[in-house]
Amino acid sequence: MSRVVHEFTATVPDWRPYVTPVKLEEASAAQLAAMKVTPSNRKVSDYVLTLAHDPESLSHRSPLFNGIMYGRDGLSRTERELGAVGASVVNRCVYCAAVHASRYNQLTGTEATMAEIFAREEKAELGERERAIFDFSVKLSAFPPKAGESDVERLRAAGLSELEILDLVMSAAIFGWANRLMHTLGEPVAAED
Amino acid sequence: MTDVSATLVAKLAHLSPTDETARVLAQRADLVALSDASAEAVLAPQDPGGLSHAVRGIIAVRASERLGDETMKDHYYERFTTCEDWYDVAGLADPAAFSVDARLDALLRHADKLIAEPRNATRDDVEALKAAGVAEADIVRLAELCAFLGYQSRLVIGLRLMNTMTEKKP
Repeated sequence: MSRVVHEFTATVPDWRPYVTPVKLEEASAAQLAAMKVTPSNRKVSDYVLTLAHDPESLSHRSPLFNGIMYGRDGLSRTERELGAVGASVVNRCVYCAAVHASRYNQLTGTEATMAEIFAREEKAELGERERAIFDFSVKLSAFPPKAGESDVERLRAAGLSELEILDLVMSAAIFGWANRLMHTLGEPVAAED
Repeated sequence: MTDVSATLVAKLAHLSPTDETARVLAQRADLVALSDASAEAVLAPQDPGGLSHAVRGIIAVRASERLGDETMKDHYYERFTTCEDWYDVAGLADPAAFSVDARLDALLRHADKLIAEPRNATRDDVEALKAAGVAEADIVRLAELCAFLGYQSRLVIGLRLMNTMTEKKP
Protein backbone atom coordinates (compact mmCIF):
# COMPACT_ATOMS: atom_id res chain seq x y z
CA MET A 1 0.00 0.00 0.00
CA SER A 2 1.33 3.44 -0.92
CA ARG A 3 2.68 5.79 1.72
CA VAL A 4 0.26 8.38 3.13
CA VAL A 5 1.55 11.95 2.81
CA HIS A 6 1.14 13.92 6.06
CA GLU A 7 3.37 16.93 5.42
CA PHE A 8 2.63 19.88 3.14
CA THR A 9 4.36 19.58 -0.22
CA ALA A 10 4.20 21.15 -3.67
CA THR A 11 4.64 17.69 -5.22
CA VAL A 12 1.14 16.57 -6.14
CA PRO A 13 0.29 13.21 -4.55
CA ASP A 14 -2.40 10.74 -5.58
CA TRP A 15 -5.69 10.69 -3.68
CA ARG A 16 -7.12 7.51 -2.19
CA PRO A 17 -10.79 7.52 -1.09
CA TYR A 18 -12.10 6.08 2.20
CA VAL A 19 -15.38 5.13 0.50
CA THR A 20 -15.89 3.06 -2.63
CA PRO A 21 -16.10 5.32 -5.69
CA VAL A 22 -19.00 4.88 -8.10
CA LYS A 23 -18.10 2.39 -10.83
CA LEU A 24 -18.21 4.16 -14.16
CA GLU A 25 -19.91 1.22 -15.88
CA GLU A 26 -22.64 1.22 -13.22
CA ALA A 27 -23.19 5.01 -13.08
CA SER A 28 -26.72 6.36 -13.56
CA ALA A 29 -27.55 8.93 -16.24
CA ALA A 30 -27.60 11.65 -13.55
CA GLN A 31 -24.18 10.58 -12.27
CA LEU A 32 -22.68 10.50 -15.78
CA ALA A 33 -24.07 13.97 -16.49
CA ALA A 34 -22.72 15.37 -13.18
CA MET A 35 -19.28 13.89 -13.96
CA LYS A 36 -19.45 15.35 -17.49
CA VAL A 37 -18.80 11.91 -18.94
CA THR A 38 -19.28 11.83 -22.71
CA PRO A 39 -18.30 9.22 -25.30
CA SER A 40 -15.13 11.23 -25.98
CA ASN A 41 -14.36 11.92 -22.32
CA ARG A 42 -14.35 8.78 -20.23
CA LYS A 43 -11.35 9.60 -18.04
CA VAL A 44 -12.68 10.29 -14.56
CA SER A 45 -10.65 10.59 -11.34
CA ASP A 46 -11.42 8.60 -8.19
CA TYR A 47 -12.25 11.92 -6.55
CA VAL A 48 -14.99 12.73 -9.07
CA LEU A 49 -16.22 9.11 -8.99
CA THR A 50 -16.49 9.39 -5.20
CA LEU A 51 -18.44 12.66 -5.39
CA ALA A 52 -20.71 11.08 -8.00
CA HIS A 53 -22.50 9.43 -5.05
CA ASP A 54 -24.20 12.84 -4.76
CA PRO A 55 -24.72 13.95 -8.38
CA GLU A 56 -27.05 16.89 -7.62
CA SER A 57 -24.41 18.62 -5.54
CA LEU A 58 -21.55 17.76 -7.91
CA SER A 59 -23.37 19.11 -10.95
CA HIS A 60 -23.50 22.60 -9.41
CA ARG A 61 -20.21 22.59 -7.57
CA SER A 62 -18.04 21.79 -10.60
CA PRO A 63 -19.01 24.88 -12.63
CA LEU A 64 -18.99 26.99 -9.44
CA PHE A 65 -15.46 25.87 -8.61
CA ASN A 66 -14.22 26.48 -12.14
CA GLY A 67 -15.87 29.91 -12.29
CA ILE A 68 -14.31 30.96 -9.01
CA MET A 69 -10.82 29.70 -9.77
CA TYR A 70 -10.54 30.35 -13.51
CA GLY A 71 -13.08 33.11 -14.21
CA ARG A 72 -12.15 36.22 -16.21
CA ASP A 73 -10.95 39.58 -14.84
CA GLY A 74 -10.86 40.55 -11.19
CA LEU A 75 -8.26 38.82 -9.02
CA SER A 76 -5.34 37.23 -10.87
CA ARG A 77 -5.23 33.48 -11.28
CA THR A 78 -2.08 33.43 -9.13
CA GLU A 79 -3.69 35.25 -6.22
CA ARG A 80 -6.75 33.01 -6.35
CA GLU A 81 -4.38 30.07 -5.94
CA LEU A 82 -2.81 31.83 -2.95
CA GLY A 83 -6.25 32.18 -1.37
CA ALA A 84 -6.90 28.48 -2.01
CA VAL A 85 -3.64 27.52 -0.31
CA GLY A 86 -4.45 29.69 2.75
CA ALA A 87 -7.69 27.79 3.31
CA SER A 88 -6.03 24.43 2.65
CA VAL A 89 -3.35 25.13 5.27
CA VAL A 90 -5.98 25.92 7.92
CA ASN A 91 -8.00 22.84 7.07
CA ARG A 92 -4.84 20.76 6.70
CA CYS A 93 -5.86 19.45 3.29
CA VAL A 94 -2.43 18.29 2.14
CA TYR A 95 -3.77 17.22 -1.23
CA CYS A 96 -5.52 20.53 -2.06
CA ALA A 97 -2.51 22.50 -0.81
CA ALA A 98 -0.18 20.50 -3.07
CA VAL A 99 -2.31 20.91 -6.19
CA HIS A 100 -2.72 24.66 -5.74
CA ALA A 101 0.82 25.34 -4.52
CA SER A 102 2.14 23.59 -7.60
CA ARG A 103 -0.11 25.69 -9.85
CA TYR A 104 1.01 28.83 -8.04
CA ASN A 105 4.64 27.85 -8.54
CA GLN A 106 4.07 27.15 -12.24
CA LEU A 107 2.31 30.49 -12.75
CA THR A 108 4.87 32.58 -10.86
CA GLY A 109 8.00 30.64 -11.79
CA THR A 110 9.18 30.72 -8.19
CA GLU A 111 8.91 28.30 -5.28
CA ALA A 112 9.92 30.65 -2.44
CA THR A 113 6.41 31.78 -1.43
CA MET A 114 5.02 28.28 -1.09
CA ALA A 115 8.18 27.06 0.65
CA GLU A 116 7.73 29.80 3.26
CA ILE A 117 4.03 28.98 3.69
CA PHE A 118 4.69 25.28 4.12
CA ALA A 119 7.51 25.95 6.59
CA ARG A 120 5.68 28.47 8.80
CA GLU A 121 2.07 27.84 7.86
CA GLU A 122 -0.23 30.50 9.32
CA LYS A 123 2.73 32.64 10.41
CA ALA A 124 4.32 32.79 6.96
CA GLU A 125 6.12 36.07 6.24
CA LEU A 126 5.46 37.23 2.71
CA GLY A 127 5.50 40.41 0.67
CA GLU A 128 2.88 42.98 1.73
CA ARG A 129 0.21 42.20 -0.86
CA GLU A 130 0.78 38.43 -0.73
CA ARG A 131 0.62 38.45 3.03
CA ALA A 132 -2.58 40.52 3.15
CA ILE A 133 -4.17 37.97 0.80
CA PHE A 134 -2.82 34.89 2.58
CA ASP A 135 -3.68 36.17 6.07
CA PHE A 136 -7.20 37.08 5.00
CA SER A 137 -7.77 33.61 3.60
CA VAL A 138 -6.37 32.01 6.75
CA LYS A 139 -8.58 34.11 9.01
CA LEU A 140 -11.72 33.58 6.92
CA SER A 141 -11.08 29.82 6.97
CA ALA A 142 -10.85 29.54 10.76
CA PHE A 143 -13.78 28.19 12.75
CA PRO A 144 -15.54 30.37 13.51
CA PRO A 145 -14.09 32.75 10.92
CA LYS A 146 -11.97 35.46 12.52
CA ALA A 147 -11.47 37.84 9.58
CA GLY A 148 -12.48 41.37 10.53
CA GLU A 149 -12.89 44.80 9.03
CA SER A 150 -9.21 45.60 9.53
CA ASP A 151 -8.26 42.59 7.39
CA VAL A 152 -10.39 43.90 4.52
CA GLU A 153 -8.90 47.34 5.02
CA ARG A 154 -5.46 45.78 4.72
CA LEU A 155 -6.45 44.27 1.38
CA ARG A 156 -7.57 47.69 0.15
CA ALA A 157 -4.36 49.27 1.39
CA ALA A 158 -2.42 46.61 -0.52
CA GLY A 159 -4.20 47.78 -3.68
CA LEU A 160 -6.99 45.25 -4.14
CA SER A 161 -10.19 46.50 -5.78
CA GLU A 162 -13.62 45.53 -4.43
CA LEU A 163 -14.00 42.97 -7.22
CA GLU A 164 -10.59 41.49 -6.39
CA ILE A 165 -11.56 41.25 -2.72
CA LEU A 166 -14.79 39.49 -3.69
CA ASP A 167 -12.82 37.02 -5.82
CA LEU A 168 -10.53 36.36 -2.87
CA VAL A 169 -13.49 35.79 -0.54
CA MET A 170 -14.86 33.32 -3.08
CA SER A 171 -11.53 31.50 -3.60
CA ALA A 172 -11.02 31.08 0.13
CA ALA A 173 -14.66 30.09 0.67
CA ILE A 174 -14.76 27.49 -2.11
CA PHE A 175 -11.83 25.77 -0.42
CA GLY A 176 -13.88 25.72 2.77
CA TRP A 177 -15.95 23.38 0.60
CA ALA A 178 -13.26 21.51 -1.35
CA ASN A 179 -11.06 20.87 1.71
CA ARG A 180 -14.03 19.41 3.60
CA LEU A 181 -14.44 16.87 0.79
CA MET A 182 -10.86 15.98 -0.13
CA HIS A 183 -9.50 15.85 3.39
CA THR A 184 -12.41 14.00 4.99
CA LEU A 185 -13.36 11.51 2.26
CA GLY A 186 -9.85 10.30 1.46
CA GLU A 187 -6.14 10.79 1.90
CA PRO A 188 -3.10 11.82 -0.14
CA VAL A 189 -0.68 9.02 -0.99
CA ALA A 190 2.75 9.34 -2.60
CA ALA A 191 2.32 9.21 -6.36
CA GLU A 192 3.65 6.11 -8.06
CA ASP A 193 5.75 6.74 -11.15
CA MET B 1 -26.68 44.74 -14.80
CA THR B 2 -28.22 41.76 -13.03
CA ASP B 3 -29.71 42.52 -9.64
CA VAL B 4 -28.52 39.89 -7.17
CA SER B 5 -30.14 41.44 -4.09
CA ALA B 6 -32.98 38.88 -4.09
CA THR B 7 -30.62 35.90 -3.92
CA LEU B 8 -30.06 33.84 -0.80
CA VAL B 9 -26.38 34.81 -0.74
CA ALA B 10 -27.28 38.53 -0.72
CA LYS B 11 -30.03 38.01 1.85
CA LEU B 12 -27.74 36.19 4.26
CA ALA B 13 -25.07 38.88 3.71
CA HIS B 14 -27.61 41.65 4.47
CA LEU B 15 -27.02 43.34 1.11
CA SER B 16 -29.47 45.98 -0.14
CA PRO B 17 -29.85 46.66 -3.89
CA THR B 18 -28.17 50.05 -3.51
CA ASP B 19 -25.10 48.75 -1.65
CA GLU B 20 -21.79 49.06 -3.44
CA THR B 21 -21.03 45.45 -2.47
CA ALA B 22 -24.28 44.30 -4.15
CA ARG B 23 -23.13 46.04 -7.33
CA VAL B 24 -19.77 44.27 -7.15
CA LEU B 25 -21.45 40.94 -6.42
CA ALA B 26 -23.64 41.41 -9.50
CA GLN B 27 -20.47 41.05 -11.58
CA ARG B 28 -20.37 37.47 -10.31
CA ALA B 29 -24.12 36.83 -10.75
CA ASP B 30 -23.50 33.46 -12.41
CA LEU B 31 -21.52 32.26 -9.39
CA VAL B 32 -24.19 33.57 -7.00
CA ALA B 33 -26.82 31.60 -8.92
CA LEU B 34 -24.69 28.44 -8.73
CA SER B 35 -24.22 29.03 -4.99
CA ASP B 36 -27.96 29.25 -4.44
CA ALA B 37 -28.57 26.20 -6.64
CA SER B 38 -26.01 24.33 -4.55
CA ALA B 39 -27.97 25.19 -1.40
CA GLU B 40 -31.03 23.52 -2.89
CA ALA B 41 -28.97 20.51 -3.97
CA VAL B 42 -27.65 19.84 -0.46
CA LEU B 43 -30.69 20.92 1.61
CA ALA B 44 -33.52 19.58 -0.53
CA PRO B 45 -32.19 17.21 -3.21
CA GLN B 46 -34.66 15.29 -5.36
CA ASP B 47 -32.89 12.11 -4.25
CA PRO B 48 -32.07 12.63 -0.56
CA GLY B 49 -30.79 9.07 -0.10
CA GLY B 50 -30.57 8.23 3.60
CA LEU B 51 -30.44 11.88 4.68
CA SER B 52 -33.98 13.26 4.85
CA HIS B 53 -34.61 16.91 4.18
CA ALA B 54 -35.43 17.36 7.88
CA VAL B 55 -32.12 15.84 8.99
CA ARG B 56 -30.24 17.99 6.48
CA GLY B 57 -32.17 21.01 7.74
CA ILE B 58 -31.39 20.39 11.39
CA ILE B 59 -27.69 19.91 10.58
CA ALA B 60 -27.72 23.36 8.92
CA VAL B 61 -29.42 24.86 11.99
CA ARG B 62 -26.83 23.31 14.33
CA ALA B 63 -23.96 24.45 12.11
CA SER B 64 -25.32 28.03 12.07
CA GLU B 65 -25.69 27.95 15.84
CA ARG B 66 -22.12 26.77 16.30
CA LEU B 67 -20.93 29.48 13.93
CA GLY B 68 -22.81 31.98 16.09
CA ASP B 69 -24.60 33.31 13.01
CA GLU B 70 -28.13 34.45 13.87
CA THR B 71 -29.07 35.30 10.29
CA MET B 72 -28.13 31.87 8.98
CA LYS B 73 -29.75 30.18 11.96
CA ASP B 74 -33.05 31.99 11.47
CA HIS B 75 -33.02 31.21 7.76
CA TYR B 76 -32.23 27.55 8.22
CA TYR B 77 -34.63 27.07 11.14
CA GLU B 78 -37.49 28.56 9.15
CA ARG B 79 -36.59 26.35 6.23
CA PHE B 80 -36.29 23.31 8.52
CA THR B 81 -39.87 23.74 9.79
CA THR B 82 -41.17 23.35 6.24
CA CYS B 83 -39.63 19.87 5.92
CA GLU B 84 -41.73 16.74 6.17
CA ASP B 85 -41.63 15.21 9.70
CA TRP B 86 -39.44 18.05 10.98
CA TYR B 87 -41.02 17.86 14.40
CA ASP B 88 -39.46 14.43 15.01
CA VAL B 89 -35.95 15.90 15.09
CA ALA B 90 -36.71 19.43 16.31
CA GLY B 91 -35.13 18.63 19.68
CA LEU B 92 -31.78 18.40 17.93
CA ALA B 93 -31.73 22.11 17.08
CA ASP B 94 -29.56 22.57 20.18
CA PRO B 95 -26.04 21.64 19.07
CA ALA B 96 -25.40 20.11 22.52
CA ALA B 97 -28.21 17.58 21.90
CA PHE B 98 -27.54 14.22 20.30
CA SER B 99 -29.71 11.25 19.35
CA VAL B 100 -30.35 7.88 20.99
CA ASP B 101 -30.52 6.47 17.46
CA ALA B 102 -26.99 5.22 16.76
CA ARG B 103 -27.01 6.08 13.07
CA LEU B 104 -28.41 9.60 13.52
CA ASP B 105 -26.06 10.16 16.45
CA ALA B 106 -23.07 9.22 14.27
CA LEU B 107 -24.26 11.56 11.50
CA LEU B 108 -24.61 14.50 13.91
CA ARG B 109 -21.23 13.97 15.54
CA HIS B 110 -19.48 13.71 12.20
CA ALA B 111 -21.32 16.80 10.95
CA ASP B 112 -19.96 18.72 13.94
CA LYS B 113 -16.41 17.70 13.05
CA LEU B 114 -16.88 18.58 9.38
CA ILE B 115 -18.18 22.01 10.29
CA ALA B 116 -15.84 22.97 13.13
CA GLU B 117 -12.64 20.99 12.78
CA PRO B 118 -12.36 19.29 9.39
CA ARG B 119 -8.56 19.23 9.78
CA ASN B 120 -8.96 16.54 12.46
CA ALA B 121 -11.05 14.19 10.30
CA THR B 122 -9.44 10.80 9.61
CA ARG B 123 -10.17 7.44 8.02
CA ASP B 124 -11.37 6.24 11.46
CA ASP B 125 -14.25 8.73 11.33
CA VAL B 126 -15.46 7.27 8.05
CA GLU B 127 -15.06 3.74 9.42
CA ALA B 128 -17.12 4.74 12.50
CA LEU B 129 -19.90 6.01 10.24
CA LYS B 130 -19.91 2.75 8.29
CA ALA B 131 -19.99 0.77 11.57
CA ALA B 132 -23.01 2.85 12.68
CA GLY B 133 -24.85 1.75 9.53
CA VAL B 134 -24.33 4.85 7.39
CA ALA B 135 -24.21 3.93 3.68
CA GLU B 136 -21.18 5.09 1.69
CA ALA B 137 -23.29 7.32 -0.54
CA ASP B 138 -24.72 8.97 2.58
CA ILE B 139 -21.21 9.63 3.88
CA VAL B 140 -20.57 11.60 0.67
CA ARG B 141 -23.94 13.36 0.92
CA LEU B 142 -23.19 14.42 4.50
CA ALA B 143 -19.75 15.72 3.51
CA GLU B 144 -21.26 17.76 0.66
CA LEU B 145 -23.89 19.29 2.95
CA CYS B 146 -21.39 20.32 5.64
CA ALA B 147 -18.78 21.40 3.10
CA PHE B 148 -21.34 23.58 1.34
CA LEU B 149 -22.21 25.23 4.67
CA GLY B 150 -18.50 25.86 5.21
CA TYR B 151 -18.44 27.63 1.85
CA GLN B 152 -21.66 29.58 2.16
CA SER B 153 -20.94 30.88 5.66
CA ARG B 154 -17.54 32.22 4.58
CA LEU B 155 -18.92 33.79 1.44
CA VAL B 156 -21.58 35.72 3.37
CA ILE B 157 -19.21 36.70 6.18
CA GLY B 158 -16.73 38.04 3.61
CA LEU B 159 -19.49 40.00 1.88
CA ARG B 160 -20.67 41.51 5.15
CA LEU B 161 -17.12 42.67 5.91
CA MET B 162 -16.79 44.22 2.46
CA ASN B 163 -20.14 45.94 2.84
CA THR B 164 -19.48 47.33 6.32
CA MET B 165 -16.39 49.06 5.06
CA THR B 166 -17.86 50.48 1.87
CA GLU B 167 -20.74 51.97 3.88
CA LYS B 168 -18.24 53.95 5.94
CA LYS B 169 -16.61 55.51 2.92
CA PRO B 170 -17.43 59.22 2.52
